Amino acid sequence: MTDLFDGYPLQQAFDEMLDRDGTLRSCYEQVHGRLTGLTADEVASRADALARSYLAQGVTFDFAGEERPFPLDVVPRVIEQDDWTDIALGVQQRVRALEAFLDDVYGPQQAVKDGVVPQRLIQSSSDFQRVAASIQPAGGVRCHVSGIDLVRDEAGQYRVLEDNVRVPSGVSYVVSNRRAMVRTFPELFGRLRVQPVVDYPQRLLAALVASAPDGVPDPTVVVLTPGVYNSAYFEHSLLARLLGVELVEGRDLYTKGGRVYMRTTEGSRRVDVIYRRVDDEWIDPVEFRGDSMLGVPGLVNAARLGNVTLANALGNGVADDKLVYTYVPDLIRYFLAEEPVLANVDTWRLEEPDARAEVLDRMDELVVKPVDGSGGKGIVVGPQATRAEIDAVRSRIVEDPRGWIAQPVVQLSTGPTFVDGAFRPRHLDLRPFAVNDGSDVWVLPGGLTRVALPEGQLVVNSSQGGGSKDTWVLESDAGPRPVVAVSAESRPATRPTTPPAGVPRATNPDDVAANQQQQQQQQQQVSTSSTTATGGAAC
Amino acid sequence: MLSRIAESLFWIGRYVERADDTARILDVHVQMLSEDPWADEATACRSLLAIMDHPAGPGDREVNRDTVLRLLAHDRENPSSIAGSLLAARENARRAREIVSTDLWECLNTTRNTLPSHARRGPHEFFSWVRERAAVVAGLMESATPRDSTWHFMVLGQAIERADMTARLITTQARLGTGGPGWNTLLRSCGAYEAYLRTYRGRASDADAAGFLILDRLFPRSIVYALHAAERALRELEPVEGRHAVSDDARRALGIMRSELEFARLGDLLTDLPDTMERVQVACTRASGAIKHRYFPAVATTAWVEEAL
Repeated sequence: MTDLFDGYPLQQAFDEMLDRDGTLRSCYEQVHGRLTGLTADEVASRADALARSYLAQGVTFDFAGEERPFPLDVVPRVIEQDDWTDIALGVQQRVRALEAFLDDVYGPQQAVKDGVVPQRLIQSSSDFQRVAASIQPAGGVRCHVSGIDLVRDEAGQYRVLEDNVRVPSGVSYVVSNRRAMVRTFPELFGRLRVQPVVDYPQRLLAALVASAPDGVPDPTVVVLTPGVYNSAYFEHSLLARLLGVELVEGRDLYTKGGRVYMRTTEGSRRVDVIYRRVDDEWIDPVEFRGDSMLGVPGLVNAARLGNVTLANALGNGVADDKLVYTYVPDLIRYFLAEEPVLANVDTWRLEEPDARAEVLDRMDELVVKPVDGSGGKGIVVGPQATRAEIDAVRSRIVEDPRGWIAQPVVQLSTGPTFVDGAFRPRHLDLRPFAVNDGSDVWVLPGGLTRVALPEGQLVVNSSQGGGSKDTWVLESDAGPRPVVAVSAESRPATRPTTPPAGVPRATNPDDVAANQQQQQQQQQQVSTSSTTATGGAAC
Repeated sequence: MLSRIAESLFWIGRYVERADDTARILDVHVQMLSEDPWADEATACRSLLAIMDHPAGPGDREVNRDTVLRLLAHDRENPSSIAGSLLAARENARRAREIVSTDLWECLNTTRNTLPSHARRGPHEFFSWVRERAAVVAGLMESATPRDSTWHFMVLGQAIERADMTARLITTQARLGTGGPGWNTLLRSCGAYEAYLRTYRGRASDADAAGFLILDRLFPRSIVYALHAAERALRELEPVEGRHAVSDDARRALGIMRSELEFARLGDLLTDLPDTMERVQVACTRASGAIKHRYFPAVATTAWVEEAL
């Protein structure tokens, strides 16, 4: 029997569904089993339903002036509980190390003094913000939300590709992908125990509330967006809705006497925590870019005075710097005295002359990246680049070696993806999200799986023709339901589940079938005298 | 207005609301069963069927989401299922065709005609369609019905059904506890989630969520709001009021229930939620009976059988 998986090719990359012998991995059994039962038309119509639902929700991006739904693939990416345990541990560890690093960078700089990271590295980072040294983060948290990008190499090993502790985005897709999948493919979930992702907004809110300045009993939290034209505006509005807080733009806020207020119909209201989705350089025209219309004049000063919490903190970008990234395993050992759970991808630091010479020599087989880029900007994949592209980037590297790193081409793992009427392997990455509330780093079970839809494409960013997949972390059996302690207040009483007797429901007695039949009979046999009239049914 | 017509109008209001609310309840339910790895499908489905007055016998083999969908969504014979109530609404509109506006009639008729094709789609798509049709009906009623007794009877039916169904919805959660869909999901199914989050600024508890669905004075799907609306419609139908007491049994039943809810402490309501919700449903049934008795009295059924002649 043929199915849509026929001719699924095994390649050099690690495949999430099949092992090297072409045997199905156990975590994919259920999903594979359900999908083989469907025809191409059936899958296509479900895919259409997914796309329609995204179009209706406005989960779209602008393509040549036309709104296109953000592509969500019909095949989920499945992760086993054991793998996930490691990932979550590794992400937590990474976040703790980056917190410690940031605290140190904007404080005593002990790591520099101890020779773990060079002084130069910090000072030359374009995202190092001197002003951040004057801000004491409430509760010691700077990375309230982090997104750690992972890839899986040819051996199936998860490795960290980059850290995002500035304003990581994409979590809205995790939440809406799951909702869309549950609605469109209820049967795929079948008997699988997929860990839910709906807790994210509550966790985030709890962390934001916990990060409020001291002495504020009932803090007001807002989400600060650059505005409706920002490409992540959908995410900003979704988070604000799910948190139940105000979504503000820079012009809705003002500062007075070192405090931040928002303009409302009921007058000014003080703001205590700002989950900001505006980059550092735009956030306060007094401190950073003077031409910024997106920011709030005086905001940084209010933060310095400890009257408002910015989440994530200012100056976090230095930890995202791809050159700093190369030092993170050392930082984990230095600050936490632990061995890294998740390895980095091997990286050449191009300011080191030997490394630079080697890399410039092997440009056509390596990947080079700008250290401060995000969203896949500026990345040149050697084997896929043209001569001209390589030459251009070569001269830029020579000009500014600090600005670049190089990595071997990692064959990102592949997963089955619905393309052109069949399931085909496409390259994936994974961005788990972590929320730090000051006492605990919680990792959302799942995260955003991005998939490069063109065949062989290794860059998965949505700006480069990427789509996404719902990410399923399977629950190992028999685990008890985890309780999210949101409030310890009285919960509505519940009862043991004996099937209760329902209260009867009324219907219009005229709708009783006998009556209708009788009226029809009357039409047909006018001469016949009427028979028994029906009594009314119980109302 | 003819009693028979009034009765049809009353039932159009009830049936359309019933289809709408049942679609909401089932949507939540199906989604919860798919999404929650800890869900106990058989227990949840049995409980739901019982609450919707459609109990599965203890001997029934497997009770799962398919059973629920068959009985509560697609059964055309039962005017308490979605399909059944949409068909019944259309039948009632046909009986009152000369009173019901043409737009409304065509809407209900089209709904019936296109029902089979939509019923074949996935559950969520079907439920969305049902909710959309109910919204169209509500919009047509709102904009094209004179505010005379035509309007009041339809609104009366709608409000009573809404109070009853919200109570049933809350019962599903109260009975299942942690095995249920969760209060947030319930709120979402009523379109109340975002309003609720804004009201409580996200820092909300389960108790607040239950309270919102039962007591909120401003949210149109809360029980108290619906009971108020039903009482208002009854007062419009019978504006003359004596100096003491309330002569209208329907108003009495609804008013007593509403006061009980409004004046109770939230904590007390929550300690025995299933019972309280059952009393709401009983009050609605009682009111419905009183309305029928007063406005649409059944003909004394004379049985003209051969022997009697």
